[in-house]
Amino acid sequence: MISFLLILIPLLTGLATFFIKNEKLLRLWVLFASIITLIVSILGLCCFSDEKYLQYHGEWLSSLGASFSLKMDPAAQLLCLLNTIAFPLVFLSTWNNRYENAKNFFALMLLAQAGIMGVFLATDALLFYFFWELALIPMYFLCSQWGGEKRIAITFKFFIYTFIGSLLMLVGILYLYGHTPDHSFAIESFYNIKLTLKQQNLVFWLMFIAFAVKMPIFPLHTWQPDTYEQAPTATTMILSGVMVKMGLFGLIRWLFPIVSSVAYAWGDVITLTAIIGMIYASLIALRQDDLKRLVAYSSIAHIGLLCVGMFTQNVSGIQGAMIQMFSHGINIIGLWILVEWIEKTTGTRKMSELGGLAQRAPVMTIFFVIIALANIALPLTNAFVGEFLIFNGLLGSATQYYFLYTILAGVCIVLGAAYTLRMVRKVAYGEVNNRTENVSDISINIKIALGAIVVIIFATGIYAQPILDFTSELTNELVQKFDFIRQTLQ
Amino acid sequence: MQNALQIVYLIPLLPLIGFLINGLGRKHLSKSAISLIGCGVLIASFVLSVWVFLQVKSGNVFTANYFDFINVGKLKIPFAFKVDQLSALFLLIITGVGSLIHVYSTSYMQEEKAEHFGRYFSYLNLFIFSMLLLVLGANFVIMFIGWEGVGLCSYLLIGYWFKKHEYNKAASKAFIMNRIGDLAFLIAIFWLIAKLDTVSFDEIFTSASLAKLKAYDISIITLLLFVGATGKSAQIPLYTWLPDAMAGPTPVSALIHAATMVTAGIYMIARSNILYSLAPFTMDIIAYVGLATALLAATIALKQNDIKKVLAYSTVSQLGFMFLALGCGAYTAAVFHVMTHAFFKALLFLGSGSVIHAMGGDQDIRNMGGLSKKLKITFITFLIGCIAIAGIPPFSGFFSKDAILLSAFVKNPMLYGIALFTALLTAFYMFRLLFITFSGKFRGTEDQHHHLHESPAAMTIPLIVLAVLSVIGGFVGIPEVFIHGGDKLGEFLSPVIAMQTEHHVSHATEYMLMGLSTVLVITMIIVAWYKFRNYQHTDAKGFGKVLENKWYVDEMYEAGIVKPLKKAGTFFSNVFDTKVVDGMVNGVGRLVQYGSRQLRLLQSGQAGNYILLMVISMVVIFAIQFFLRK
Repeated sequence: MISFLLILIPLLTGLATFFIKNEKLLRLWVLFASIITLIVSILGLCCFSDEKYLQYHGEWLSSLGASFSLKMDPAAQLLCLLNTIAFPLVFLSTWNNRYENAKNFFALMLLAQAGIMGVFLATDALLFYFFWELALIPMYFLCSQWGGEKRIAITFKFFIYTFIGSLLMLVGILYLYGHTPDHSFAIESFYNIKLTLKQQNLVFWLMFIAFAVKMPIFPLHTWQPDTYEQAPTATTMILSGVMVKMGLFGLIRWLFPIVSSVAYAWGDVITLTAIIGMIYASLIALRQDDLKRLVAYSSIAHIGLLCVGMFTQNVSGIQGAMIQMFSHGINIIGLWILVEWIEKTTGTRKMSELGGLAQRAPVMTIFFVIIALANIALPLTNAFVGEFLIFNGLLGSATQYYFLYTILAGVCIVLGAAYTLRMVRKVAYGEVNNRTENVSDISINIKIALGAIVVIIFATGIYAQPILDFTSELTNELVQKFDFIRQTLQ
Repeated sequence: MQNALQIVYLIPLLPLIGFLINGLGRKHLSKSAISLIGCGVLIASFVLSVWVFLQVKSGNVFTANYFDFINVGKLKIPFAFKVDQLSALFLLIITGVGSLIHVYSTSYMQEEKAEHFGRYFSYLNLFIFSMLLLVLGANFVIMFIGWEGVGLCSYLLIGYWFKKHEYNKAASKAFIMNRIGDLAFLIAIFWLIAKLDTVSFDEIFTSASLAKLKAYDISIITLLLFVGATGKSAQIPLYTWLPDAMAGPTPVSALIHAATMVTAGIYMIARSNILYSLAPFTMDIIAYVGLATALLAATIALKQNDIKKVLAYSTVSQLGFMFLALGCGAYTAAVFHVMTHAFFKALLFLGSGSVIHAMGGDQDIRNMGGLSKKLKITFITFLIGCIAIAGIPPFSGFFSKDAILLSAFVKNPMLYGIALFTALLTAFYMFRLLFITFSGKFRGTEDQHHHLHESPAAMTIPLIVLAVLSVIGGFVGIPEVFIHGGDKLGEFLSPVIAMQTEHHVSHATEYMLMGLSTVLVITMIIVAWYKFRNYQHTDAKGFGKVLENKWYVDEMYEAGIVKPLKKAGTFFSNVFDTKVVDGMVNGVGRLVQYGSRQLRLLQSGQAGNYILLMVISMVVIFAIQFFLRK
């Protein structure tokens, strides 16, 4: 029931939003709706954690062998929580932003939330695909309609990328469907499919490319900096904070269990690609002047590490990736809130034109420094736990070149510090200039949003064990599969 | 009784509370309230540390587990503190010297606005918290938390005056170079986990665990940990951040960049001495790197004209000595030198702060001279610091340096020779600094001359206390040749660091070595007196120019590492990402240009159209699927 509500509330409130004319009411309404969803998801975590509340089964296209089946496993629960935390933060921090056709904007945002939620919850392949598209389509419109100057061209690029990805995934799903004994889209049937290695290879690449585009990992990433730059920031927050997790989540729920043998075999190659991408993106981030592009490239590096964690295929790496999916979402939303505020108040995103904000906006600077430090995974911030476990998993992984890989990936720890501190230095420190002279500090709504983020950063950084315990069983199941393959190969 | 030590968590917790109060209330609190809180929490920590020390001295050592920090699969990392002889000694040094420097700061930073004054003290308290975590941690991960924490505070305090661009760059440089070391530290931790599934000291340093490690593993782990130490403790090749770190306020240089943080690397290796004793190859490397750093930094210090830069290079050099001792297996000597160095180097830095204070912020010794008349207390205490660092008996530096030189002699007489030479350079540049600053005629401006004054009591009292400690601090480690059982420190630390009983050196040789070094050091001081008592500045030429420019190491790093990385970034950003990777995708895009035109037409429509489109596309998708099935 909880799982169904999590989709239903944003869907219905989203549809209702199309009919609200009053702007003030509109803002209150979407904030209210998103907070209700947040409460429901928290209830699902603490009060109604029994299986019967977390699962849902309904009739849907049963002639095709599909059904409206939802299930919240711990990974899904964690990501749903992220999704439900993200939206109130976004609405709150962009409270003072004005949009043309505001009702459509907010309605599409809520519809996207419903779509994302469905992706995390669906246990029916067709339904999964349906929600995957439902999440993406509002995004196209949000980018193309409310984005920056080059929005049309950029949205088109984003569209081409994700559309090709989705298409490949659809082919993969249909291919698997064809091999189910009982002609069903149910995930249980997919898990029981017996495929030859060759067939597994085909499915793996069809689906992995879709997920890789969504994450994105090198070299499929070039839609991302442009889109993040051009999309309205509220949309960018959702895209980078929550939607990129769809690809990673796809790995653990849909890819690894179904084609574990080839996923194991390709681990080495994908890990190396992801690591190259991390270094590549970090070096580019070091040379950016535009804040949005800097955060975008920094995100590519971090997502690369998440992908590495997934493909370590051991307990430490996957556990690390699970908690890091959550932490990365929180931290990057915080960064976007700050970037948005900087652009709105100073009129520029160029770091070369900024400086001295620490003198004019000290509260903002404190938040900025804390979130920047979380971005570089300083101990006792949330990202440290995840990155520590991922790196630990990488060094302990079965890949042949684990030591080399760890050092290469580790280079990004140093580069990350370099570009993040450069950003802090150029934005906050130094003397004020004519752009930053008349700035006043952040408003109360942003303070609340950033305050909540900072609380989460430290809470999960100091005491992450509850989250780690929460996802441990799921991780162990996955890892047992890989261990089994490893043993049979030996 | 054992449970009483459980409250050791209060020692780091108090400064953390101080940090929170001063940090959050910095706009509302007065300067005196901030001082009271900042110093009060630390003095309370110091009192507790004394109590803990006494407990430990009576044989009560303890590991306190508080909660699971990370517990995943076979890996269990508790948030735990270890109270034993080594950590208790460091607790005393950190909270003791820390308290003195906090008190000194209340006066030194008086000219700051209350808001920034509060920020300063909150950072200082946060630093003490991190440093205490570092030494109290019962496993490598908790140590690493403190390790990165002190790096952060160092960053924040170097860049404390954040308006100056150069200072911010120095702060970033310190953090980034430290991070390189931290990475090696992290990989060492991962390696330990991969082999032993644990990071706890109590579990690693047992014969059962050590038997599981191959010689190869031990070499890798110890080398990686050492690379970590070179970052934090400013050794070759990662030392260049420390002289730049002098951009921070002077008390910060005394606390972080002389007495405590930079000795973290020595603490870490002394803590892991059981592991290092099994890695002879690593030990050799440590000895050579330490000695090379000591010599290199000492040569640079000969030609510096900034009072704090001289002391900074001197710190790098003295840290090199400590690593030399570690590399020679003389862990106790290294820890001993950490302690005496904390006293006399904090004293020298605070003394330089007093000088800078009197000079109205000027740090250039070429503008000073003859200050002994106006700054009597500062002069006398500075002189004591110089004698202590030069190593003249019976001042503290003599005993610890002697222990290091002796261990070098035992390992290899050649090492001893170079170390002795470096010690002579030390005496020379320190007394050069002393004479140029305090003797001769004043060379500054008229304004500065009028402004010259002795500092207030809040600054001179810490100087006096540290001067007393610099004189008597060495008596805890009197060599066996003088008094049997005089090495109280070695005895105290023996449960953590096994005492070296065999020296292979006769008493006669030991006396001769001490005599030789003392006579030579005094000779160097006399030479410095003749050369610098009436100093007039001349520009450096030839080799002196190379030394003044620090052997051009910074320039080499810039050209060899930083520039190429920046170039690669620019290339990837401007050429590769936009032309090659994106180009491929745009190629695909052009194939569907027709679609693009259609999409563009749709942009102008109303929201209703979009929803319609969404629904239609869904329907199309399901239709396709339906037909595919048939």
